[in-house]
Amino acid sequence: MKLQVSFSRKKVSEPIIARVVRDTGVLINVERARIEPSEGKVLIDVPDESVKLVCEKMRALGATVEVLEHAVMHDEEECVDCGACISVCPQEVFSFDEEWALTLDQGRCVLCGRCVQACPHGALTVEK
Amino acid sequence: MEKSIEEINTRIRDGNARVVSAEEMPDIVAELGEEEALREVDVVTTGTFGAMCSTGAFLNFGHADPPIRMERVWLNDVEAYSGLAAVDAYMGAASESTTQGNAYGGAHVIEDFVSGRPVEVRAISKGTDCYPRRTVTTTLLLEDLNDAVMVNPRNSFQCYDAATNMTERVIHTYMGMLLPHTGNVSFSGAGALSPLANDPAYRVIGSGVPIFLGGTQGMVVGQGTQSSPATGFANLMTTGNLKEMSPEFLRAATFTGYGVTMYVGVGVPIPVVDLDVVRSTAVRDEEIMTNIVDYGTPHRERPAIARVSYADLKSGKVEIDGEEVRTSSLSSYRKAREIAETIRTWVEAGSMELSLPTRRFNAAKRTRPMRETKVVPRVREIMDTKVVAVAEDEPIRTAAAKLLKGETNHLPVLNGEGQLVGIVTTYDVTKAVGSTRELTVVRDIMTRKVVRTTPEEAVDVAAQKLERHNISALPVVDPAHRVIGMLSAIDLGKLLGGRWQL
Ligand code: SF4
Ligand code: SF4
Repeated sequence: MKLQVSFSRKKVSEPIIARVVRDTGVLINVERARIEPSEGKVLIDVPDESVKLVCEKMRALGATVEVLEHAVMHDEEECVDCGACISVCPQEVFSFDEEWALTLDQGRCVLCGRCVQACPHGALTVEK
Repeated sequence: MEKSIEEINTRIRDGNARVVSAEEMPDIVAELGEEEALREVDVVTTGTFGAMCSTGAFLNFGHADPPIRMERVWLNDVEAYSGLAAVDAYMGAASESTTQGNAYGGAHVIEDFVSGRPVEVRAISKGTDCYPRRTVTTTLLLEDLNDAVMVNPRNSFQCYDAATNMTERVIHTYMGMLLPHTGNVSFSGAGALSPLANDPAYRVIGSGVPIFLGGTQGMVVGQGTQSSPATGFANLMTTGNLKEMSPEFLRAATFTGYGVTMYVGVGVPIPVVDLDVVRSTAVRDEEIMTNIVDYGTPHRERPAIARVSYADLKSGKVEIDGEEVRTSSLSSYRKAREIAETIRTWVEAGSMELSLPTRRFNAAKRTRPMRETKVVPRVREIMDTKVVAVAEDEPIRTAAAKLLKGETNHLPVLNGEGQLVGIVTTYDVTKAVGSTRELTVVRDIMTRKVVRTTPEEAVDVAAQKLERHNISALPVVDPAHRVIGMLSAIDLGKLLGGRWQL
């Protein structure tokens, strides 16, 4: 499951993720990181059964944690099932089912935003 | 054996016609044989739903009081072509809003109309004795117009090149977003379901033939503009009543970095009149071939890097130079199927009858490139051949001295063989002075990744490079990477300021 972790100015330099990995023994996959002088935002992937533990630890260290359930928003009304989003996604989030309708595997998304640019119909949005 | 069109229409009227889709036909022919398939099947339905920039509608607004000759007209701030009679205009799908750019265009106006949304119409005129009024602004619904006739100069290409990008940056094209280093392939068209793929000799598709267009029944006007059947790239000029169309099959779209376009649904019911039609409609995706071309090449003739079938493209991946590359479509196969299905219901319900072309296409027609009477200037013609360069192992001081002499602001850096290995600007030298690191020779401060041009490159392409990289000069190199000139924004400006405008 994906977690969006944000931490503020003074925590930025602290090795929060490393500390959580050490303390919990949970292997965390960092999928995206945006560290700026005043804040940091990291997208991590954590095994489902450890989500609760990791969230607690992170919060104890002063981070804000959000479980990311719908990373990409797909507007089915706008979508025409063309497929222009499929080959540009580095994570293979999109595919066609047997009926040639677009299906999404949300859990794989790393919020890169490429699909949003590629969709000619404005049917996709990504959480910031 | 042959079957007359009257025979087919009688069956349609009686509700006995056997209608199958172009997807089903190959198996039917394989199972029954050609003769039996001809006896059995009366109509094969086709469909495609994809980006067709060449789309638009003639609109008649009716007369205002006092009347105006609408010389220029905007619909929701998108300009329509009004060099017609007083209150008519042609709204082209690709026309872009004067206020919103490519977020809104002619295609959106058309979609708004067919969706029942109001559209603001603004027009201006110089005023004449018979049409004294000079401006008008009103808000109209599609039903308020006298006529809204879609006329699309070229729709429904028989086949289309698939696109990839061999450059090192993302490019944005009418074939969608293409990732660097052949990172993906995009393609258009419905393959074996595409109308013209089922009648490549244009025996039954021609002028006057009834079709599905944007959700209603329209017809083929004739051969589309730029149609090139002799090379496998035929298309259709189509028309239909916009007032009957539906946003299900007419959708505005924007390709990022390219512009506005319209997704249009087109389908043709093909009457199975003889064995030739049986054979041509038995085509499978595996047999429809197309080239994958490099859209990163800024030339009309783009190099084909692989030849593949629609079956390959639809499988989601193809092999290029031993590497697997993911493919995806720009047109909707699902919608194409829906279109073929809709035609089936129309024909089965007796509400769509078929006819043979009143005028056949010229199957030998071939599109020619533009005849250019003025050749595009090449870099060679405007570059500065006086090159001041510096060697990579010379002291920074030497570079500074050369720059200070004021003849140039860009010093190409050469290696021992005289080949271009970097570039140094006044900025790099200034930075070096302020740096705390130990920097002594040019090599330490030069930019190694140099954007360059060649003497034969068109100046427009060179101008685009300057703009894209936000730089002001390009070294001109020969095939041996030796610098034979410099092209600066100033050289280009002199040229572009005159006859060229970018
Ligand atoms: S945001 Fe990136 S990873 Fe997520 S679905 Fe879009 S393209 Fe794929
Ligand atoms: S690119 Fe947009 S419209 Fe096309 S399938 Fe993807 S989400 Fe749907």
